[in-house]
Amino acid sequence: MSNPEQYRYTKEHEWVSVDGATGTIGITDHAQHELGDIVFVDLPKVGTALSKGQTLGSVESVKAVSDIYAPVSGEVIEANEKLSGNPELLNSDPFAEGWLVKVKLSSPEETKDLLTAADYQTYIGA
Amino acid sequence: MVDFGGWHMPVQYSGILDEHSSVRNSVGLFDVSHMGEIEIRGPEAVDLVEYVSTNAARRLNIGQVHYSALLYEHGGFVDDILVHKVADDHFFLCVNASNQEKDFEHIQKHNRFRATAEFVSDRYAQIAIQGPNALATLQKLTPAALAFVKYYWFVDNEVSGVSGRIARTGYTGEDGFEIYIPPSDAPRIWAELLEAGQEFGIRPCGLGARNTLRLEAKMALYGHELTASINPFEADLGWIVKMDKSDFVGRSALEKSTGSGLKRKLAGFEMTGRGIGRDGYEVWVDGTPAGWVSSGGPSPTLNKNIGLCYLPVEQAVPGVAIDVIIRAQPVSAVTVPLPFYKRAKR
Repeated sequence: MSNPEQYRYTKEHEWVSVDGATGTIGITDHAQHELGDIVFVDLPKVGTALSKGQTLGSVESVKAVSDIYAPVSGEVIEANEKLSGNPELLNSDPFAEGWLVKVKLSSPEETKDLLTAADYQTYIGA
Repeated sequence: MVDFGGWHMPVQYSGILDEHSSVRNSVGLFDVSHMGEIEIRGPEAVDLVEYVSTNAARRLNIGQVHYSALLYEHGGFVDDILVHKVADDHFFLCVNASNQEKDFEHIQKHNRFRATAEFVSDRYAQIAIQGPNALATLQKLTPAALAFVKYYWFVDNEVSGVSGRIARTGYTGEDGFEIYIPPSDAPRIWAELLEAGQEFGIRPCGLGARNTLRLEAKMALYGHELTASINPFEADLGWIVKMDKSDFVGRSALEKSTGSGLKRKLAGFEMTGRGIGRDGYEVWVDGTPAGWVSSGGPSPTLNKNIGLCYLPVEQAVPGVAIDVIIRAQPVSAVTVPLPFYKRAKR
């Protein structure tokens, strides 16, 4: 699965897709593959204020727990409710159906510091 | 691949859930060559085994296996082991990889008998074939009449043309076999077993599935349920301690730990709140710290989040409401009967 060109990435394997003032956040295909079968997703409540780099929630596979860090700052306006009953969406469709939260960006310029798809690809050595 | 006591081992091949399901429903293959082997021989071999382990080796028949433990004088675990009686003067011990040197030294230290202990891990590779189709898979490679090998018995016979030891044992809660073969033949036999099991949808399985399978079956893992500061009664393994046999290392300490002397005990739990109680997390009862999770994770078979924990004896019974502290938040759970999973009798 290739990393969408228009998304931005972190070295901690999160992605963000920006649409106007809204940023949608998820984890990469590389991340879900490394984690293995995902069985539990812990997400923040709507209204939570996140600052860039802060722990946003966690994803658990059968074997391990991984923290997810906010790639950008903003207020959570929606959490992906489907993941509670279907955490495996993170494995099957990490870049679309498996999104984690949507935030109202408080510092849109932060995305400039993130990796492009090509940079991320180089970073993971694929 | 992860480093596991100096061995490079895969956590998973096709995925933990897929591998887990193959063992519960058909057959899975595990490379467990990291396990250690120690041979005890001599006219007083049985006396040495009896003295260093908790189960009654004297009551074993030739060709029989039992689960047992090596204890320190204070009653804590050195290791949990499988004892195979090969002959009246010959016992074969299968021990945990990361404990093997310590086990060997422990046995040597207490060897005041006409018996020798020999560390032979380099001579054996071990493959576990587990699941309802394990017998049909392994049977293609051996002339041994596997259907007549009872659970916790073994035979010495050829496996794909080389001599091996075939034990009907396992660490998954399913029927199956563990074979001990020469390391030089192991890669070939591994490939032949995968081929033999192809019609059953056999899967190679890693450490991840090995852990979820054994947890569901409430089989203890050294370093988690079993440590130097836990004794067999606390670990709910009183059945491998034969207090009515001859003296053994740790016995006098255990005498003080039975009945009212027992302070804590292993219990099973299921999460009722959202979350997974993982190894090492604290357990609270009525708002007070009461114990810890020794092993926890999702149960693929039950589709619940389960775990084993140590609790004060009064609370280590089914039906007690507990909280597991997950990332600083109490999440509710309830103690349940063990094991979590038991295979249907065939």
